[in-house]
Amino acid sequence: MATASTAINSATNLPQPNVLRIYYKEAKYEFLKSLRYPMYSVSTMLFPVMFYVLFGLVMGKQMIGGIRTTVYLLAAYGTFGVMGASLFATAAGLASERRLGWLQVKRASPMPPFAYFVAKAVMSLIFSGIVVLLLFLLGILFGGVQLPAITLAKLWLTLVAGSLPFFAMGLAIGYFAEPTSAPAVINIFYLPMSFCSGLWMPFIFLPKFIQKIALFLPPYHLSQLALNLIGAGQGGPSSGHWQALAGFTLLCLGVARWGHQRDQKANG
Amino acid sequence: MATLQVLGSRQTPAARTNQGCVAHIDGASKSYGPVQALVDFNFEVRAGELVALLGPNGAGKTTAIKLLLGLAIPSRGKVSVFEGDPASTVTHTRVGAMLQVGRVPETLKVWEHIDLFSSYYPNPLPLAETLAIAGLEDLRNRKFGVLSSGQKQRVLFALAICGNPDLLFLDEPTVGLDVEARHLLWDEIRKLVARGKTVVLTTHYLEEADALADRVGVINKGTIIAEGTPAEIKSRTAGKKIRCITQLSPAVIKEMPGVSGVQQDRGAVVIHTSSAEEVLRGLLRLDSEISGIEVSSAGLEEAFLELTRESN
Repeated sequence: MATASTAINSATNLPQPNVLRIYYKEAKYEFLKSLRYPMYSVSTMLFPVMFYVLFGLVMGKQMIGGIRTTVYLLAAYGTFGVMGASLFATAAGLASERRLGWLQVKRASPMPPFAYFVAKAVMSLIFSGIVVLLLFLLGILFGGVQLPAITLAKLWLTLVAGSLPFFAMGLAIGYFAEPTSAPAVINIFYLPMSFCSGLWMPFIFLPKFIQKIALFLPPYHLSQLALNLIGAGQGGPSSGHWQALAGFTLLCLGVARWGHQRDQKANG
Repeated sequence: MATLQVLGSRQTPAARTNQGCVAHIDGASKSYGPVQALVDFNFEVRAGELVALLGPNGAGKTTAIKLLLGLAIPSRGKVSVFEGDPASTVTHTRVGAMLQVGRVPETLKVWEHIDLFSSYYPNPLPLAETLAIAGLEDLRNRKFGVLSSGQKQRVLFALAICGNPDLLFLDEPTVGLDVEARHLLWDEIRKLVARGKTVVLTTHYLEEADALADRVGVINKGTIIAEGTPAEIKSRTAGKKIRCITQLSPAVIKEMPGVSGVQQDRGAVVIHTSSAEEVLRGLLRLDSEISGIEVSSAGLEEAFLELTRESN
């Protein structure tokens, strides 16, 4: 009896699965899942690209603050695109998965809990990287964008890293929105924030009171970081903008954690 | 009955009870707001058995499974699985679960879902074997969203078994399946038990518990109200049913010694009794025209109805 039950109950000497491989597969399938969902993949790519073509390539013959519109808009629509890619996939996915039982199936499996979130973050990064790359290609091929490779690389990295605050915001929204209302809730934040941060209209053309509000909005800080790289920022050191984004990220993660605990309590 | 013999031939009951207990719930209570889902609930799972939790919807079956998977924490009492925390990842590497789920990511293909879940486990089954057991070979490249509900259930079953776990939880596994698909899944579940797996199954289909389980826990309003083999559960009710076509009025039959209940069933009457022979002798004496006599054991269904009526 004693020996039989030890044999049954000894879990310690089992080989453990390869954790890196789990993270890799989780991220890969999270990416594939979203990529094959045209409502998501097409619209996140399409809108920033469409805006860039309309306002940058077609209409943008003039200069903004001493630089070409097509260059300026890379920063603005880059921020817009990165924000959309991260918010929609993270928030809508999480809202549906936690409310409709899929997250529970995952939690019942031996998946390392962290892998689920890391996969969503990686997916945000990849989609953001693609959106920004598309804008660069359009700008360089058709918009006469001539920036040194090092500047382009810095711009790309800044924008892609800047998707993480919006990934965190997506988690926070995902923990409080219902699956059906998630896209609407996201838009309530996404569109006004984009406008007030000067992503659709150059910041200097915005009314003064909106410019003041913008100081509290993360897309403003990300776009200023990008604009600083191409010499069109509002001034002020980049470190302040990074700090604002880091603070915003922590705030969102805190809200997400609260939502997570609320879920745990409700379920179990 | 053929089923039970198949199960019986694989191991003697004595061998099974010697293998000890792999999971237990001790005196657990669980409430969701004002709703008491489980009340002082005791349950144990023994190695190598197929145990069914049988009860109506809302009886607390799913809550019990959630406790055993660490998805819910009891308000009171203790739960342990493989002598460990049911919520820990180490415990989960030895456990597979098929839960009721509203929506599964629809754009991933069948084999991709299985590939991902297999990667969580230290010793997964080869993909081909998982596909074969769940009957999904022809569907491996289909996206989940285009599958029929029966096929979707099979994918969820595949995700539960792909890690080659020692202990499986199947929460209402055949809900929404047609008869053929249900019997196919039953066959697969039996094969798992034959390979030494322990299976905990919840169901509100009495037939399912009867066909599959070594042991049944009947659950109602958050407590186990009866526990035993399907045969033992059945024997807890008043034994036999006699169905016949007779001129005698139900009122007369009810007065006969040994009769516990009479029902009209279309042209016939159904008599519940604990002493079938005595009642039959009386019927034949009183009605020489009596015809269509059938005598049967009360099924699990009668036992179940009687047990839940008592506890209500």
